[in-house]
Amino acid sequence: MAALKIQDYRTSIFNDWCQGCGNYGILTSLQMALVDMQLAPSRVAIFSGIGCHAKTPHFMNTYGIHTLHGRALPFAIGAKLANPELEVIVHSGDGDGLGIGAGHFVHAGRRNIDMTYIIHDNGVYGLTKGQPSPTMRLGVKTKSLQKPNINEGINPIALALCSGYTFIARSYCYDVAHLKEMIKKAIMHKGMALVIVQQCCVTYNDINTKEWYGGEDRPDPATGKPVTRLYKLEDTGFDGVVRKPEDVPTKTVAALTKANEWGDRIPLGVFYQNELVSTFQERISQRIADYLTNPPAKQVIVDGDGKPGTNIRKLLEELKVT
Amino acid sequence: MGDFFWMAGGPQGSGVDTSANIFARACCLGGLHVYGKREYSSNIKGMHSYFQIRASPHDVGAMMDRADLLCTFDAESIVRHIWEVAPGGGIICDTRSLETNIFSIPTLSPPFLEEFRKKLDEKSIHPETVNDLLTDVKKKGVKIYAFSYFDLLKEIGKEIGEDQLSKLTRMINIITLGASFGIVNYDKRYVEKAINIIFGKKPDIVSMNLIAFNKAYDHIREKFPDTDLRLETVKTDEERIFLQGTQAVALGKLVGGCRVQTYYPITPAADESEYLEENQILETETGDGSIIVMQTEDEIAAITMATGAALTGARSATSTSGPGFSLMVEGLGWAGINEVPVVVNYYQRGAPSTGLPTRHGQDDLRFAIHASHGEFPRIVLCSGDIEECFYDAAQAFNYAEHYQTPVIHLIDKALANSNKSCRMFDPALVKIDRGELLKEADVQGKSYRRFEFTDSGVSPRLPLGTPGAVFWNTGDEHSENGHITEEPMMRTRMLEKRMKKLDTADMEIPIEERINVFGDMDAPAIIVSWGSPKGAILEAMEMLKKDGFSTGFIQVRMPHPLPKERIAEILGKATKKIVVEGNYSGQLAGIIREKTGILMDFFVLKWNGRPMSSDEVYDALLKIMKGVASQRQVLNGGS
Repeated sequence: MAALKIQDYRTSIFNDWCQGCGNYGILTSLQMALVDMQLAPSRVAIFSGIGCHAKTPHFMNTYGIHTLHGRALPFAIGAKLANPELEVIVHSGDGDGLGIGAGHFVHAGRRNIDMTYIIHDNGVYGLTKGQPSPTMRLGVKTKSLQKPNINEGINPIALALCSGYTFIARSYCYDVAHLKEMIKKAIMHKGMALVIVQQCCVTYNDINTKEWYGGEDRPDPATGKPVTRLYKLEDTGFDGVVRKPEDVPTKTVAALTKANEWGDRIPLGVFYQNELVSTFQERISQRIADYLTNPPAKQVIVDGDGKPGTNIRKLLEELKVT
Repeated sequence: MGDFFWMAGGPQGSGVDTSANIFARACCLGGLHVYGKREYSSNIKGMHSYFQIRASPHDVGAMMDRADLLCTFDAESIVRHIWEVAPGGGIICDTRSLETNIFSIPTLSPPFLEEFRKKLDEKSIHPETVNDLLTDVKKKGVKIYAFSYFDLLKEIGKEIGEDQLSKLTRMINIITLGASFGIVNYDKRYVEKAINIIFGKKPDIVSMNLIAFNKAYDHIREKFPDTDLRLETVKTDEERIFLQGTQAVALGKLVGGCRVQTYYPITPAADESEYLEENQILETETGDGSIIVMQTEDEIAAITMATGAALTGARSATSTSGPGFSLMVEGLGWAGINEVPVVVNYYQRGAPSTGLPTRHGQDDLRFAIHASHGEFPRIVLCSGDIEECFYDAAQAFNYAEHYQTPVIHLIDKALANSNKSCRMFDPALVKIDRGELLKEADVQGKSYRRFEFTDSGVSPRLPLGTPGAVFWNTGDEHSENGHITEEPMMRTRMLEKRMKKLDTADMEIPIEERINVFGDMDAPAIIVSWGSPKGAILEAMEMLKKDGFSTGFIQVRMPHPLPKERIAEILGKATKKIVVEGNYSGQLAGIIREKTGILMDFFVLKWNGRPMSSDEVYDALLKIMKGVASQRQVLNGGS
């Protein structure tokens, strides 16, 4: 079979994101990651919530399930449970996944289901005209706000650490090469993988802009060139990978420390990874030995004549009284 | 022998359920039919609970507000149920309870005491202690079987080598059970066998309980040698099972091919999921199968997870009660617009919000039919008894997959927690219809459109993950290929396509699957009902027949889409059209009026949190037959 190319993952649906929207970079990175991994489109299922990010599956020539506001995770978990062969990638926005869907965010972590979760984090609710999202920090006032944000922002990386995510990374929507690598690592990770993407909303967030991330407001006095706020963890020798169980406390604290960096220095890359934790699939397999080869979606429940394939004789026998 | 009514009452956590289960099983083993009703509070330990068992030589499907033998673990149970004891019946109690001051029992709530005082005034009696109260019922021939639980427990303790009173008092349920069977002189062997079955996995517990049972049985026969209450065994060749409604639903789901079940803990639905999880490894024609039972973080996750699973082709369901279904509504709408065959087994309880968390109600028929913003087709099924729970739970998946739409299977607390001896279920009666489900070979080299327009409104369905194809779903209105659209023409056509499925279902599903009819359809009095009142109505009809009144009964099993033509045809000829249902507003009556234009003449309603008993339904219907009933009768039986 011929190698899959990026066109094989595209659809002809008109893309109505704003010009310059950070979502384009995320979409391209995702398609590039799938090309690199040569994943057949029909093995991939992309789930999304509601918001600008949520249109992603419509632009992807894979199975695409555009769900409800905040609920992409439980829909995706259901599909993955029933058919563990699926490569499930969930997209969510910061309002979608950390506001209305925050409960599901936490519980997906503690289950450690083997799937990928990409959060498009731009600090605002774009489709409803720029209200502050749960990740916008206290006191920030974008142009669409009447008054500065009255709530403190959620730190999604810290929250993920506490919730049991076993892969936590951050990337940036305009650094397509880096984002592609993070998505690939997340897909390859055994367990629940989270990629937070710092995304720019060109229409409603005039604070965390491409120029702001790039440091154009703070040129180097010597060269006059902007000093970017973003840096890569791997460039500093940071290693978030847990290799032995006893590493967990120190790696967690190190990741948390990095998670709290914001403002003038914003780390990108893998904060934490731990493949020693059992996945949900493994936990089910301990109860149902043939789960992976005979999962719910593959079971034959009917014989040729429309008769039930399930025999409940033993259960009825247990209830028998005469 | 007529029917025998036994009731055990005591604080929650004191083993009322266990003793009732042994009682019921011993009756079943003796060839009797059994119907059991369980009432409990939203509480872990200490509040009053009771279990009522009706044993009969004939099949019974309802309870009556009556006890021939009231078996009490504490003083409160005597006070709460004393008026239910039938003339000539008996009360088993602890001699210690006798001196208890009624008004100092802390768990008797102010609303209870208010009603209780009114009754005392009506009867012009003014008891202070439990003993004073018992004196009154003795006058109507109720016999008091009082003995010292403490003394008997101590004796048993000696025999089993246990002197810790806290451990011994756990056997109050067994000694009162032994006393019950002693009084009615029941064949001990059946009880011993039942004890063996109930505690089967723990041999030391079995032997301890057998000793306690026998001691109590012999003690009561010695102390009260000439009792006149009798419970006799009967011969039967029929193969029967004994189970509660939640188990019947679970078994139906397994036969029906359910492979993913999601739930969030809620009373009384959770029992179903726990039973499924306990039995998740399945025997199938092709070897082993299994069902995944997933406890979710909330009911929104429960329905959306089940929906995600259903997309892959696995039959998937979630099980809940009213408060959970309230949360599920957004997921239901998504499944509706995306034509996903997801099943919701909905155990109603009473009232909005938390309402009556452990009590019965039939308040949610309208809600099940209308829940969600926007319009989409759905099918609503209502089971009327435990057998129907089994067959309907399986059938729900067929409707869901054939019409590719959510199916809500309405059950209620009375069915969930009633136990009944049933004729052995016949799984061979269940058929599996997967509807238009495509396979990999059907889509190779073709472009697949998930929501293709068809004459029936049903578009061939492809499991998510099928190699060689892709499709899109969206909660937005969409085109045939599942992409978002807001174009007026497409919106018009796409909704028509979806709604067409409801017309198709209405046309295709045979009437026998949608209503049951009983009695005389040409009678001037026709009763209409749905859900658990079925048993009480059928028994009341028999009683009315003996009084010379012939009636007919339409049991609606599919209120949506309602088989309106047939219902209108039957009701059109009736001069007394009576609706019987467990809610305030007469929801089914309203739906019939909406769909047929026919107004019901009489309403028999109940919403006090207790199931309808056959005697109160009979009383209400008799008044109607005699022409002395008001248009609206509100029942209030049950304790």
